[in-house]
This record gives sequence, structure tokens and C-alpha cells, in this order.
Amino acid sequence: MSSPAMSSPSLPAAPHAALTEPKGVRVLLIATAIGFLALFLLLPLAVVFAEALSKGLGNYLATFAEPDAQAAIRLTLLVALISVPLNVVFGIAASWAIAKFDFRGRNLLITLIDLPFSVSPVVAGLIYVLIFGSQGVLGPFLQRHGIEIIFAVPGIVLATVFVTFPFVARELIPLMQDQGTTDEEAALTLGASPWRVFLTVTLPNIKWALLYGVLLCNARAMGEFGAVSVVSGRIRGLTNTMPLHVEILYNEYNYVAAFGIASLLALLALVTLAGKTFLEWRHADALAGRGAH
Amino acid sequence: MVAGFAPSDALAAPRGRAEAEPVAARTVRKPGSEVRVDGIVKTFSGDGPAALEGVSLAIAPGELLALLGPSGSGKTTLLRVIAGLEIPDAGRVFFGATDTTDVPVQRRGVGFVFQHYALFRHLTVFENIAYGLRSRERSRRPGEAEIRRRVGQLLDLVQLPTLASRYPGQLSGGQRQRVALARALAVEPSVLLLDEPFGALDAQVRKDLRRWLREIHRETGQTTVFVTHDQDEALELADRIAILNRGRIEQVGAPHEVQDDPASRFVMSFVGETARVAADIAGGQVWVDGRAALRAREDWPEGPVDLCLRPWHLTVGGDEAALLGTVREWRRTARGTVAEILLDGSDSPVEVKVTDVHRKGDRVALQASEARVFPRG
Ligand SMILES: Nc1ncnc2c1ncn2[C@@H]1O[C@H](COP(=O)(O)OP(=O)(O)OP(=O)(O)O)[C@@H](O)[C@H]1O
Ligand SMILES: [Mg+2]
Repeated sequence: MSSPAMSSPSLPAAPHAALTEPKGVRVLLIATAIGFLALFLLLPLAVVFAEALSKGLGNYLATFAEPDAQAAIRLTLLVALISVPLNVVFGIAASWAIAKFDFRGRNLLITLIDLPFSVSPVVAGLIYVLIFGSQGVLGPFLQRHGIEIIFAVPGIVLATVFVTFPFVARELIPLMQDQGTTDEEAALTLGASPWRVFLTVTLPNIKWALLYGVLLCNARAMGEFGAVSVVSGRIRGLTNTMPLHVEILYNEYNYVAAFGIASLLALLALVTLAGKTFLEWRHADALAGRGAH
Repeated sequence: MVAGFAPSDALAAPRGRAEAEPVAARTVRKPGSEVRVDGIVKTFSGDGPAALEGVSLAIAPGELLALLGPSGSGKTTLLRVIAGLEIPDAGRVFFGATDTTDVPVQRRGVGFVFQHYALFRHLTVFENIAYGLRSRERSRRPGEAEIRRRVGQLLDLVQLPTLASRYPGQLSGGQRQRVALARALAVEPSVLLLDEPFGALDAQVRKDLRRWLREIHRETGQTTVFVTHDQDEALELADRIAILNRGRIEQVGAPHEVQDDPASRFVMSFVGETARVAADIAGGQVWVDGRAALRAREDWPEGPVDLCLRPWHLTVGGDEAALLGTVREWRRTARGTVAEILLDGSDSPVEVKVTDVHRKGDRVALQASEARVFPRG
């Protein structure tokens, strides 16, 4: 973005002339960015809350008293409560293996961890239907033993775990790779058991990145729609999560209730954002993989 | 160098040796054990050259041994094998009479000091030093008061008594390295291993810490192996020096032995300044460029050789059977005048003390009071 006009001598000398655009360009760029944000992010957010509150606070609160809504909220919390810890365990194990050991298939593992990011969530959901559904590979076996996975909570958890798998691992891998294994080796030479090394050396070294990953993972787990909608079967009060419940209510023209539930999800997004900003502000060094030296 | 650390505070603490002696004796004195490695082979990648190609070495109890060698010669690898951080492909490691090759790191009882300290950054200096004591199994774990006492003594020993509540990030490099040493000493290791302990510090601090390490070693008496690629450090500090080259030990000996009686051309040129001249030995004479330059010693082999000379064994003068060279530069220094002379048959100049005035380009004859030869090829 350099033109003769921009480097003309009539411009006031700036300390970093090479990085300073003329004022007009700067204003235009900033205005465009803010305009986009307002149009595509802030406006919808405002609309959600405006719609939810359009019939008054009483109607808004009544939305949450409804048994189906409560069931959806409970299910969403349950799914997050199961899938987030699972992902923390998977994520730490996978990034530990990738960052601290050299083994065959390491690159394959890195690629696989990213898979959920590149596969459409709907496809992910369908895969589970094909495996566990009544027409699926394991369907007859599961039916014989009375195990329900598809159109039941286990399926929803599986699909959520799948789509959220990369969040924790991707935060941890670069940090752990950067930190290397010397701290752990030092602890081992001092006589610490591997478990103690993990608890007192590895975990403290990664805790902020881990928390950050958990935050993002949780937001996605509660908000996932595509994969969950394929496997859930949308049985009201049984297999409906909050995002699915929003859609059902909306399709029934029950706007206040739909936007009421949606406002909860939006609130979750805002809390996540605030938490993320706080972590980045407090622990920028650790998150960027640099030591606190 | 990190700010806030005056080199003198490494040694100038108001504590005499008389007082230091009993402190150490009570806290960390423990007879060091003999360490022996036998035929250690270690290869990292399947087809590459081995990092260690059959290394055997015996370190006496309480000895301070330096592992000296160029970059990539396998010093760190050997140290890690002794510690148990690396598993050798072949060979055994013994501590005293026990074969420790298959004993995991945690139970070897070694203290390891890493080149970049590897302090736990989320723990205070106190907790860093206490880490090893707190890691013991319950039956051997000292109580809180005892831990407090021991850490306090170690902080005295490494002369950082006021820094217990700091975090590693708030220390200078030299201070961090001393905390790392205190942390390693806290577990009362029978063997202390240090990987380029002063590698990341500036010259003055290195010198201070070097003397200080020597003192600590005298006080604690642990069998100590330290890696360095600084020959001055090795010569000054060590009881014996093991010189490593491409995964093999070239020589083990006291500092004066490796310096005065090098076992190979590599050792000769690696330890101490050396001028190397391509020569031939025939008929009791050493020939350089077709001239008889030196009388050959009887035990020197006939044929093409490298004639290796220490600069301080060279004097300018004489003309009969002398080495010839060209003066490249001549200058006065505080300790007299020196000439930089490129010897015929050599490819790098040496500095020789001279008494006369010389000009650039002068041809001079030199006498060597001592020389060594190594067969070429
Ligand atoms: N983890 C590893 N993976 C692969 N190769 C390694 C590894 N560690 C060391 N090597 C190789 O082994 C050889 C010896 O390495 P080592 O670290 O022991 O050398 P060093 O003498 O300590 O060198 P320096 O003075 O540079 O520290 C080198 O060629 C090195 O490339
Ligand atoms: Mg090394």
C-alpha cells in the first residue's frame, strides 16, 4: 500500500513514517472495520436482547419457567459438563504426547486433531448416525443390548466432544513445544514421581493456556448446533439443547421465547469474550508461549 | 547480563571460610560415590553418526572432573546418560559398586544443573530449593521446620540468604544459576552433574562463580562432573579433564598432563595454543619445505607428520637447523614486545615474544625448545 502521494514531503513527519498511512486512509479503514462489526456483530446482539424483551421483562422471565426450556438448559449444561472435562483430558494427553515425545505418526496426530475444524459439523453428526444409528454399523449390536446413543444424550455428548476436540489441544501444543522438557527433567532428577511432576511443574506451566482453551471449548460445547441437531432427534424436553430449542421456538413463531433462550447464549458469548480478554491481558506472555522471565 | 547483579556479590559476602566449613559439613557433606561408565554407545537418529561411540570413564569419589570438547562432541549426552535422562544403546553406568544403568532418574540420587537453569518459574526461590525435599516419599520427607532449616543453610551456602521469597524471573543470571545449584544440592546427591553451568553468563561473573564452585566442591565433597567447552574453565577448576571429540574420549588426565603431554593431535590443538607445521621426518631430521628445521627425537616416527609447537616454546634467533617464518605484525604490549609470525608450512600465525624490533614482512629463524609430532594422514 505505498503510492508516491503517500510519501509526499507535505505530510507531517511521523516517527514511523513507513508504517503511517495518510489520515484519510486510516479513517476509512477504521470506519470500515467498525461498520462491519456494528452491522454483523453488534446489531444482531442488540436485536436479540431487544426482541427478547419486546413483550416486557415478565414475559422474558416466563420463558425460563417453561419446563421444556428448563430441560434444554439442563441438557446443555450436562453436555458441557461431560464434554469439557473429557476434552481437557484428551487435550492435555494429546498435546503432551505431541510436544514432549518424538514418535511415529506424530504428524498424523496433529492433522487429526485439526480434523473437526475442517469437517462440517453436519457431516460429523452424520458419521455418528452411520456408526451408531439403527441402520448403522454398530446399530443392531447396540439395539440388542438396549444401548441408546443416537437420538439420546450419549450421541449429543459424542458429537459435542468431536466438534470441540481441537480447542484445548491447539492452545497447549505450541506452548508445550516451546517450553520443552527441561523443567520436567529437573523435577525428575530431584526425585519427584511422574505424577508429582505433572501436578507441580507441567500443570502450573500451562494453566493459563489451559483455562483459555477450556473457555473456548465450553462456549462451543454449549453453542454447537449442526452436529448436535443431526444426532439429537429433537425430542422436546429430552434431547433438545438450547440452540436446538431456539430454532424450534422460532419456527413456531414464538419469538419472545426463542430470543429469550438466544439471549442466554449471547450472554454466554459475552462472558467468554470478557474472560478471554482478561486472560490475554493478565497472561499475555504465558499464552504467547513465552516464559515469565 | 541481567541488571542488579554486581559480580562481586558472588564472593564478597561477609562470610569467611572458617564459618562456611561447618555449615556445609552439617548440611550437604556426604561421601561422593565413584562413577564409572563402561562402553557407552548412544545414537539418536538411526543412520546418523553416534553421539557417543563407546565411552568408558572412571571418576574417583569426590573428584571434580571436567568434560571438555567442541560443540556436538557428545558432552551433554554423556552427562545425561550418567544422570539417567538418556538411555544408552549399549554400555553400563556404575555408581560405586551398583549398576545403575536401569535405575530411573528419580532414584539415582544425582544433582543436575542445567545450562539454562530450568528453575520452576511459578515457585519462589525457597520453594525451588525445597522441591526435592518435598518430593520425597512420606517416610523420608523432612518436616516443615527441618525443610526451613535446610533451605536456609543452602541459601547461606550459595550466598543468597535474602532472596528466598523472590521468583526466578526477578533474579540475575548468576543468581539463578546459584539457586539452581542449591536446588540440586538440597537432595544430598552423591553425584553432582553440571552442564555448562556458566555458559550463559558474562566473563566476569563466570570467573567469580568458577572460584565459588571450586569452594563449594571443597566444602561438600561430591563427585562432580561439569561440562564446558571453555578450556580455561576446565584447566582452572578440574582435578582431571576428559577430552571428548566426536563421541570418543581422546584423553583423560590432570590439567598439566593434557596440556603438556597431549595424547593426540586433537588434544594438542584443542587445549592450549598450538602452531601446526606440515613436516617430514627422515634421517634423524625434521624437514619443512625441503629444509632441515629441527633435529628429530629418536622416538618420533619417520614419514609425513604434523609438527606441533607451543608459542611459548619458540624463540627468535639462531640460523642453523631452524624453523623459518614471516613476521606478519609486531607490537609492544604491557608485557613486552610480541611478533605475529606465520611459520613456513603452517596456515595460521602464532604470537611469539621477541626482543628485537621487527618489521612486517621480515623473515626470521626460530628455535623450538620443545615440540611434538603426530603422524599425518
Ligand atoms: N535429542 C537429540 N536428538 C537428536 N540428536 C541429538 C540429540 N541430542 C544430541 N544430539 C546429537 O548428538 C551429538 C552430541 O550432542 P551433545 O548435545 O551431546 O553435544 P555437546 O558436546 O553437548 O555440544 P554443545 O557444546 O554444543 O552443547 C550432536 O551431533 C547432536 O546433534
Ligand atoms: Mg551441550
